[in-house]
Amino acid sequence: MCGIVGLFLKDKALEPELGGMMAGMLSTMCDRGPDSAGFAVYGAGDEGRVKLTLRARKPDFDLGKLAETVSHQIESHIAFTDHGNHAVLVVAADKADEARAAITALGGDDVQVFSSGTRIEIYKEIGRPNTVADRFHLENMSGSHGIGHTRMATESAVNAAGAHPFSTGMDQCLVHNGSLSNYAGLRRQLQRKGMTFQTQNDTEVASVYLTWRMQQGASLGEALESSLEDLDGFYTFVVGTENGFGVLRDPIACKPAVMAETDDYVAFGSEYRALAGLPGVDKAKVWEPEPATVYFWERH
Amino acid sequence: MDVVDLEKTPLRDFNQALHDLAGKSDEASFQVLNPRGKHAVASGIDAPAYVEIEGSVGYYCGSMNKQATVVVNGSAGVGLAENIMSGIVHVKGDASSSAGATGIGGMVVIDGNASSRCGISNRGADIIVKGNVGHMSAFMAQAGNLVVLGDAGEAFGDSLYEAKLFVRGNVKSLGADCVEKEMKDKHKKLLRELLDKAGIGPEVDVSEFKRYGSARQLYNFKIDNLEAY
Repeated sequence: MCGIVGLFLKDKALEPELGGMMAGMLSTMCDRGPDSAGFAVYGAGDEGRVKLTLRARKPDFDLGKLAETVSHQIESHIAFTDHGNHAVLVVAADKADEARAAITALGGDDVQVFSSGTRIEIYKEIGRPNTVADRFHLENMSGSHGIGHTRMATESAVNAAGAHPFSTGMDQCLVHNGSLSNYAGLRRQLQRKGMTFQTQNDTEVASVYLTWRMQQGASLGEALESSLEDLDGFYTFVVGTENGFGVLRDPIACKPAVMAETDDYVAFGSEYRALAGLPGVDKAKVWEPEPATVYFWERH
Repeated sequence: MDVVDLEKTPLRDFNQALHDLAGKSDEASFQVLNPRGKHAVASGIDAPAYVEIEGSVGYYCGSMNKQATVVVNGSAGVGLAENIMSGIVHVKGDASSSAGATGIGGMVVIDGNASSRCGISNRGADIIVKGNVGHMSAFMAQAGNLVVLGDAGEAFGDSLYEAKLFVRGNVKSLGADCVEKEMKDKHKKLLRELLDKAGIGPEVDVSEFKRYGSARQLYNFKIDNLEAY
């Protein structure tokens, strides 16, 4: 099954409310995906700095200490924000690749990097989605847009890395309801092109596919269009970029989707229940996204 | 009219109260507040009740309905009036996939659009959509009628049996074994009756509609195909 929620704010004044609105939406989707959950929030960011969201796989692993060691190694300041077993490290953009390499070298299997980008932060954990949202205080987060997912696993193991969103490019993320059937072959093709994978998950293949297409010069819209040709299976995707928010359903459109738009926001839910608590939803334009049609909103 | 606030009354209790009306002839009526997209609201009624829902509902609203009239002043999720037996389910907004699926009798009226698979496997219900219907609508529909005042999506009427389909707008593509058929006087008469029953006046002219039905090439047993069985 799986549940998706997404929120893209048009009214900047609502940005402090983003996390609170998303937490409410995510909680209503618990019974569509009770095994694990995750969310991406596009919050504040500075040009010239890159945010890395890390997760420690063992509870006693000290991410603060890791950040300090990495900072010494790359000879550049790293701002560290603790979120329990997750942490956000902010590093100078020109040192980001070096920092990431050092994290992998020092942390090994004990550390997962869930996202990197100017504004994106991703939090993923096993457990009931409302518990995951509470644990990372989603309700207190602010931002311009965010995407959440409640997972009922089918294609790979239930663990934090297999939860959605998947981020495989700077400030990009993807969540998925459905299952892909040609992902093993597509993964081999993408690996031959030099793309790398962290999990056995089908959604990660879709995410890497979009990242690869965009590396080839496609816009997100073009990348999504081409996925209609190259991905086989069931999917409703919601994607995020630094400034944008997109939706795509496969041509059969078995996986549910409903959207609401007002002057203040665009919202996505797997079911209307997820949207029912949003301010002004009674007056919103509510519709079901068409199959095989790319929807995309961008803030300017 | 009894007012039921689903923020206060558990949905199971309300549905149970509706089920308890079975076998009673008094016409109970309910106004339902705060449905907030809940699933299976007013499902499985078997009584001449009237239920008016103020807001949007989730999956399977009014499903398996017998005798009752269910009105939704909002939109409906997947499987609206699924397996309707009799009575009327009327949605003032849009309906998601598989509206009126597998219905045996009764009427489903959707004032807005219905998405994919509207009237899939219809077995005798009358489904009237004032807007458009999505792809694969009337798939394998066996009996009953589907009337679309707007447009129909791809693969309309695929693998159709004997349901009658009427479309006023464009059909994006016809499914396997679905063909346009002549609109005879008896079909115009039937269509007029269906529109009247759905409360649609003479401003909608039956001569603007095209009729579609089964070419009967797919579902007939043919001795030539014996080896395929």
